[in-house]
Amino acid sequence: MRSREQRLAAVRESFPDAASVREEPWGDQQTFVVTPDALVSLARVLKDDPRLDCKLLLDVCGADYPERSPRFEAVYHLYSLSHGHRIRLKVPLAEADPRLPSVFPVWKAADWFEREAFDMFGLRFDGHPNLKRILCHPSFQGHPLRKDYDPGQRWLLREGEQDEPAWAREVQEDEDHFETQVLNLGPSHPATHGTLRTVVRLDGEVITRAEAEIGYLHRCFEKMSEQHTWNQVIPYTDRLNYCSAMMNGVGYALTVEKLLKVEAPPRAQVIRVILSELSRIMDHLVCIGANLNDVGAMTPFLYIYQAREEIYSVLEACCGGRLTMSYVRLGGLANDVPPGFEDAVRYLLKRIPPLTDDMERLITENRIFRQRTEGVGVLSAEDAVDWGWTGPCLRASGVGYDVRKAHPYLGYEAFDFKVPVATAGDTYARYLVRVEEVRQSLGIVEQALASLPTGPVITDDHRVALPPKEKVYTEMESLIWHFKLIMDGMKVPAGETYGYTEAANGELGFYVVSDGGGKPYRIKVRPPCFAIFQAYPHMLTGRMVSDSVAILGSLNIIAGELDR
Amino acid sequence: MEVKAASQGLPVIQSGSTPAPAATRQPDGSQVFATTRLESLIDAARKNSLWPLPFGTACCAIEFMSVIMSHYDLSRFGAEVVRFSPRQSDLMIVAGTVTDKMAPVMVRIYEQMAEPKYVISMGACACTGGFYRAYHVVQGIDEFIPVDVYVPGCPPTPEALLQGVIRLQEMIAAGETNYQRMVRAVKAAAAGEAGP
Repeated sequence: MRSREQRLAAVRESFPDAASVREEPWGDQQTFVVTPDALVSLARVLKDDPRLDCKLLLDVCGADYPERSPRFEAVYHLYSLSHGHRIRLKVPLAEADPRLPSVFPVWKAADWFEREAFDMFGLRFDGHPNLKRILCHPSFQGHPLRKDYDPGQRWLLREGEQDEPAWAREVQEDEDHFETQVLNLGPSHPATHGTLRTVVRLDGEVITRAEAEIGYLHRCFEKMSEQHTWNQVIPYTDRLNYCSAMMNGVGYALTVEKLLKVEAPPRAQVIRVILSELSRIMDHLVCIGANLNDVGAMTPFLYIYQAREEIYSVLEACCGGRLTMSYVRLGGLANDVPPGFEDAVRYLLKRIPPLTDDMERLITENRIFRQRTEGVGVLSAEDAVDWGWTGPCLRASGVGYDVRKAHPYLGYEAFDFKVPVATAGDTYARYLVRVEEVRQSLGIVEQALASLPTGPVITDDHRVALPPKEKVYTEMESLIWHFKLIMDGMKVPAGETYGYTEAANGELGFYVVSDGGGKPYRIKVRPPCFAIFQAYPHMLTGRMVSDSVAILGSLNIIAGELDR
Repeated sequence: MEVKAASQGLPVIQSGSTPAPAATRQPDGSQVFATTRLESLIDAARKNSLWPLPFGTACCAIEFMSVIMSHYDLSRFGAEVVRFSPRQSDLMIVAGTVTDKMAPVMVRIYEQMAEPKYVISMGACACTGGFYRAYHVVQGIDEFIPVDVYVPGCPPTPEALLQGVIRLQEMIAAGETNYQRMVRAVKAAAAGEAGP
């Protein structure tokens, strides 16, 4: 890993003066402020210079500061897989004409992220191949994440105004293609598990062109989080990836705790690990089960879902919620786990492996399943990185990047686990990686349970957490803290940070900006699904329609996280 | 509505909206048939064989999966034949947040369903928009389609959805669903026009 100064020196070789590129001397990670003109050439240097080697574009987002001039900012988050460093780029943009060049030619991952920044803030990316709204519907007026947009202002979409790719209307009159037709897969389709839509052009049964349309579940997470206090955002995070709600809350809490400079007590950290890993198991199992269901194998789903029900009962005992838990609080957890928690988890550790084994016996060597999935939906390691993939899908393509190993948090460095990597990059490889991750997660849960310390589950820093009730009634100081927290809310120091955890689908990032007030100024989620799904239409070309279903199931696209 | 087995032979069907059935017996005391209204008999068949169409959009769809799976097992209530084709279903379960972008799709699917059709709105978002008081979220699906049963919760527990289905069955038996009311209203209007 190279130092900050060395990276700055490498950039300075190409950009000797500070007029176009300057470094922000503060912040949680190295940040370059760059003018729109120099953006693409800086992007190329960052990607191609072996000393910088930022192959992975994690996120592109906008930010709006009405009091500042220039008003807008485009923010890029980059990661180097070889060196492990993170770099942030900021491009200030004037209100009159927020225009900047697209970095799509450098990183394909920028495709949808730039469209989202256009949709939400009205930033115009010159040279983008398909710059149109992505999350909001086509009849929408204005840019909702601008600070002057009223959060409740809705626009009605009528039937017939839905978006359709231009090529879908073209009549193709090629002699060889006398039998082409355009087909809508979704947004309400049994194999899309939610609200995804893919428009495909078919030549017989072969897909010749595809385009994905998302936003059917855009629930305005980011705007809503700006309207609520810091702790009130946690229930919203649960509904991002609702198959593994706990991990979103943990990711959010860790990010804000970085800004607060607060750490959860050891017991809370270990409980977070246990419940996160159980959530990961649930998520992977449902992904596998749904994938199998789609290719025609209903039976394994029944075994898998039993495991999920068993895990649910533990989660429900902890916090009362089965699916959306709202169990995390900034600085710890809402309450301690109930008596009998350890026995219940030990029971799970005994119960889940046989169910997984049953499923594996049915599937892993199943001829039909292998024929449907082997060699289907192959994405090379290079392409996967270029599209911004992370998580199990990236690891199935042969890149062993796992945030838990590369940048351990919550004490993951103390646990002995392996990161499964496959090289084929096809649907079958993604299945194998997920199955192995389930086993590794069980191992982590076992180790975490053995090391579960006693003690409090929420920090005693009363800037963040309410004092215990008995103290409020007996001590003056606690009463004052209680009053201040209830009446004024928690104040998070002004600043910005990017927090990252390994969620079920890959790197879940939160880019959080605080202005020192009681509510978040800006929260941008970096949803792993979003990057994964943008490559999906490109994987379909030349494949059969039935393959599209098998591929989609293996990517585990969760609409709540995709559309937010 | 309850189904009571007669002392021997055919069951006697009783329903809130039907006149009390008259069981007829032969001279030797054995029962041969029961009477009821045709509508009640059809309603009894309909309520016990609901074919749900899961219009699952978000988190609630995951809980809906729990309801169908072996642990909670919706089929115990005669509603296990889940169909994704609106033309083969008569119960639309809207599970999850519906956005403005999704609303025309939902309306279209509802219109494609053959009558009689019923709607269960599952979860806070489908009922009222939930805690998404926001620029892209429909504040309750009854802005667009008529709803028979609202199931609260975020997401509702599987038991709550089961109760919603049972409640719908009771409503069908009692003739209280939106569809049945509409049919009655149309018939009454037609009778009024044809009248003296």
